[in-house]
Amino acid sequence: MLENNDRQPISLVRNDNGPEDVSARFPRHRRKARGAVSRTILRRLPAGVVTVFAVAVLVYAATLILPGDAATSILGQSATPERLALLRDELNLNVPPIRGFFQWLGGILTGDFGVSLVTREAVLSMVGPKLANSAVLIAVAAVVSVFLGTVLGTLAALYKDSVFDHVLTVVALVASALPEFVVGVLIVLAFAIALPWFPAVSMLGTGQYIWDEPIKLVLPLVTLLIVVTPYIFRMMRASIIEALGSEYVELATLKGVKRSRVVMRHAVPNALPATIQVIGLNILYLAGGIVLVETVFNFPGIGSTLVAAVTARDVPVIQFIVVLLAVFYVALNILTDVLVLIVTPRRRFAR
Amino acid sequence: MAVHSMPSRSGAAHHGIQIRGLDICFASGKALVVADVNFDLLPGEVLGVVGESGSGKTTLGLALLGHARSGLRITAGTVMVNGVNVLSQSAHDLRKMRGAVIAYVPQDPASSLNPAIRVGDQLREMLQSHPECIGAGATIESRVNQILGDVKLPATDALLLSYPHQLSGGQQQRVGIAMAFICRPALIVLDEPTTGLDVGSQHHVLETFRQLCRVYNCAAVYVSHDLPVISTIADKVAVMYAGRVVEHGTVERVFGHPQHPYTIGLLRAAPSPDRSETLLGMEGRPPRPGAWPKGCGFYDRCPLGAEECTKAVPSLAPFADQQFVRCIRAGQADNATAFGIRTAPPKPDLGRSNLLEIQGLTAKYGQTAVLQDISFSVQAGECVAIVGESGSGKTTMARCLIGLHSNWIGAVTLDGENLNPASMKRTNEQRRRIQYVFQNPYNSLNPKQDIETILAEPLRQFENLSRKETRERVYQTLSDVALSPAYADRMPHQLSGGERQRVAIARALISCPDILVCDEVTSALDVSVQAAIIEQLRMLQQRLGLSLVFITHNLAVVRSIAQRAVVLMHGEVVEQGPVSAILDTPSHRYTQTLLRDVPRLKERLIV
Amino acid sequence: MSGIKTLAPKPSELPQQAPRRPPGILRRALRTWRGRIGAAITLAVFGVAFLGPLFATGSGEELNTMPFGPSVAGSLLGGDDLGRDVLSRTLNGGATLLVLAVLATALGLIIGTAAGIWAAFRGGWADTVVMRIVDIILAIPTLVFALLLLSMLGPMLWLVIVAVGLSHAPQVARVVYGAAQDLVERDFVKAVALMGVPSFRIMRREILPNLSTVLLVEVGLRLSYSIIIISGLSYLGFGVQPPTPDWGVMINENRLGLGVNSWGVLAPAILIALLAVGTNILADAIARAGLGEDRANDLPNPDSLGGR
Repeated sequence: MLENNDRQPISLVRNDNGPEDVSARFPRHRRKARGAVSRTILRRLPAGVVTVFAVAVLVYAATLILPGDAATSILGQSATPERLALLRDELNLNVPPIRGFFQWLGGILTGDFGVSLVTREAVLSMVGPKLANSAVLIAVAAVVSVFLGTVLGTLAALYKDSVFDHVLTVVALVASALPEFVVGVLIVLAFAIALPWFPAVSMLGTGQYIWDEPIKLVLPLVTLLIVVTPYIFRMMRASIIEALGSEYVELATLKGVKRSRVVMRHAVPNALPATIQVIGLNILYLAGGIVLVETVFNFPGIGSTLVAAVTARDVPVIQFIVVLLAVFYVALNILTDVLVLIVTPRRRFAR
Repeated sequence: MAVHSMPSRSGAAHHGIQIRGLDICFASGKALVVADVNFDLLPGEVLGVVGESGSGKTTLGLALLGHARSGLRITAGTVMVNGVNVLSQSAHDLRKMRGAVIAYVPQDPASSLNPAIRVGDQLREMLQSHPECIGAGATIESRVNQILGDVKLPATDALLLSYPHQLSGGQQQRVGIAMAFICRPALIVLDEPTTGLDVGSQHHVLETFRQLCRVYNCAAVYVSHDLPVISTIADKVAVMYAGRVVEHGTVERVFGHPQHPYTIGLLRAAPSPDRSETLLGMEGRPPRPGAWPKGCGFYDRCPLGAEECTKAVPSLAPFADQQFVRCIRAGQADNATAFGIRTAPPKPDLGRSNLLEIQGLTAKYGQTAVLQDISFSVQAGECVAIVGESGSGKTTMARCLIGLHSNWIGAVTLDGENLNPASMKRTNEQRRRIQYVFQNPYNSLNPKQDIETILAEPLRQFENLSRKETRERVYQTLSDVALSPAYADRMPHQLSGGERQRVAIARALISCPDILVCDEVTSALDVSVQAAIIEQLRMLQQRLGLSLVFITHNLAVVRSIAQRAVVLMHGEVVEQGPVSAILDTPSHRYTQTLLRDVPRLKERLIV
Repeated sequence: MSGIKTLAPKPSELPQQAPRRPPGILRRALRTWRGRIGAAITLAVFGVAFLGPLFATGSGEELNTMPFGPSVAGSLLGGDDLGRDVLSRTLNGGATLLVLAVLATALGLIIGTAAGIWAAFRGGWADTVVMRIVDIILAIPTLVFALLLLSMLGPMLWLVIVAVGLSHAPQVARVVYGAAQDLVERDFVKAVALMGVPSFRIMRREILPNLSTVLLVEVGLRLSYSIIIISGLSYLGFGVQPPTPDWGVMINENRLGLGVNSWGVLAPAILIALLAVGTNILADAIARAGLGEDRANDLPNPDSLGGR
């Protein structure tokens, strides 16, 4: 960022307790550590609630900015006055917006998410199974990509500048830039049409879940892996390389510590915080990325449900899924922060 | 003392350390970084390697452990430790030797101790990696306890379960030293281990180190830029310049009767806490590796340089018993005076009234008070030093004066005018009259602007000048700080540290202030450059009648430049008065301790 | 008068020839293989998109063969789902996407940079407010955010720009904020602030120029992501509307004929992929040139990752 080609002598005077520091008190550890974690959660939770609330307001407001009257806009100009009146009532458009919002919010808090305008089903029972399918897809994709990304990243860092490293780095660079629906379509072409090994679409019968037919999970999963793994790989590789170039690894080497121990005990733990952050961001990304991937494969998850709802302007379903994603975002962010804190003693214990 | 046994150490006849013909190159190409290093050490002896930044001293230190940083390569030479050549070992044997036979103490333990591993585990790891070093009848735990006792740290769980960042700098460095001695090595390499420490901690760490060397009969190579430290702890000295040893011998010979112009220059540049003298700086910077001249590397900066010096690199020739010099003019009579003579500094003309008055200043960070009821004054044309160790609040003091830190109460008056705590709320005129020079010149110049743009900014703010007038002022101010107008269109990264600090001073000076607040302005610089900057400030003080508030932790520098001193401890003034009074007859215990702990050059130079 | 006692050459007598200034980051990036390949790919796809219409045999909206039919004269890639010429549609279908992507990127960068610098420089409540808003927008995945806006207001192209631009802004703001926070703490910024120089001038002259590397990298990354999102929106039917030819739309339309005439999908898919990869490689080359190869090799900014 800043260019500084000169050697920069370091001579900032460090804090010290003075000549009598030998007898200085040492901190008590465990209590402080637990304090740091719970303090982080307590600090982040209210902010998270505010974020979710703001998203709820935003989503609710979005339905109000429909040009003209929302009900007309949804049903079209030719709708009968009776149907319009019915829909207005259903969307709670007859009450002032702020009261409408709090009634809707109250419903959410009591487990009433409204009724789909299209299927007339309760939103929860309609989206619930889709949510389960998507959760499986995201979870499996997360676990596999974290495993592949960290292992390959560590290996590439250890064999930096080898052919293995170069190939992986270039592949990762290219793969990370590919749009997921392009990857999906190409995967279909390759493994469902050219080589008909897997089904091209992942549609399920009624009442079925994705774990009933796991083969239909394969292609969406591979698509997500191709898009997500490169980021984890790149971060792990870069962090390990940075750790290997650090002064504490140099000192460990000069102590005569075995190479394997230098890597596993000295380098890897210090590469974890940055990698955990990227993993967190990528799982978040997965939550959005499934929209396109699920659509490509007609995978019965919340992503394809959302697209269908958006197309049909099924307002209660859209609201539910967006708020759900926001809750997921907030929860995962807090979890990431706590994990980073746990693997970073420097931040966990006060001086 | 029980000594570990290395399988390959058969020849008991070879004792001590012998370094021969050591060359270190860039990995890509043949450019030398360190060339032709030779020396011997006996068990228990300490060799001080002295040099300024970029001299190759750290690279040399690491090479003694058979280690070259990435981009570098050891290309020739032998490092014999008790009869075994470190440089010809297989990777496996080299690993076994590191830590056990040759140990290393890093410069900055804060970044060299692993932040994610508990201190106790890092100590134990040394013995786990070298189980043969635990010693008969001892366990890992007992040995760890023993060595912690040796470095005067308590072997309690509180310490062993700590992470490095929870310890103070002094404690961290004790851990570093304990780690190095735990296997009872034959040789220890220390790379500026006390650089970041206050004089008190430094004094204790050095004492501990010297004691352990004696107890364990261990040879040591102590790399440092600090001449007084080296003269305190070393038996022999090697002075390095541009990758070569230019003078080598016993401390008494090299510091007492220096022969190489560079050694003489270094000694002339080092301020003394005991005598008030002008300093003699050495401008310029050493040639970069890869751009070494054919002849003597010091020729560019040498006042004695002759045609002959450019022909070939002089050899390191014996000059006297226990002294070797790499200079063709070694021993000539006029060498010692060719550099000029250190004289008593001139007395500045002081104005009668107090220009700046500080009364009852109390400053806080959040709820914590960092300065308590500070009062002092600065006369026109005077240099007042604010002295203290880290944590004494001296930098906060400077920041309060210029309004960078605004959470304070009390009164600061400039010519009787009250100054608002926040710089933002002062008038343009008030801001113009007090200017600030930052500690680190690598941080205080915008890397995207050329020097003229940087210097023109204050003029734009404080004065309304035409483009031509602005340019003239820029040139004039550059020459005030001894830089040619050619510097106007250079970028900061093209300048050396000393040149950058001159530009930073010029920026403060260009709007003709009355007071310059200088915050540790020389602590990021080499000693030869420090001397030049100090003399520069002294000259400006004299010529322009400028007042200086000089913040520093360095008592020797105080002696050299200031007329009055204010000693701070934990945010309170413990003593203030004329510099000579405070440094000759300190009345407060804190000042006395500080003065006692300052390392001093054992020089017998004719001044 | 005690002059400066310097040994030997005074600084003013030092060699007048200053070391050469290093070239700009972009130029340095283009000297590397990575940079050249990235730039070449990007330029090539831009060429196809903007020059393509000149070479196309038709507008791409005429029916001239059977659905997914074989090649007709002058057409190498066969027909699409309605029997329109795939080659003509491909050559005509990129310009809109690129214009939208560039404008959305510009919008996102301008808003994000301004917000990031302002929050970092002002600190306090400005910092809190901006970062809170950033957090709220980030809580909705980018694509979902755009879908939400488009579904409510209808698939209009200007809205695509606004939606995608707005969804980039918080991510850019975060990256810029991080880098600017670092700069605000630098002494050269404080030195100028101490003179009483106005805030806007400090942000523009002292902070912004030092963000050039970060911003260049962001331009590349955000352009790449804009292309991905906008083509994705078109694919879902919320961007360019049929029958206008567009790469994203084409992939959706011709998906069912993958087994019959795969060119209908492959041609636009390959072009979109090349474009995204090209801009991404260019961004990577700039990052390397700017941070130096040694700077942790290619430590990516966590905020730039997974942040589509």
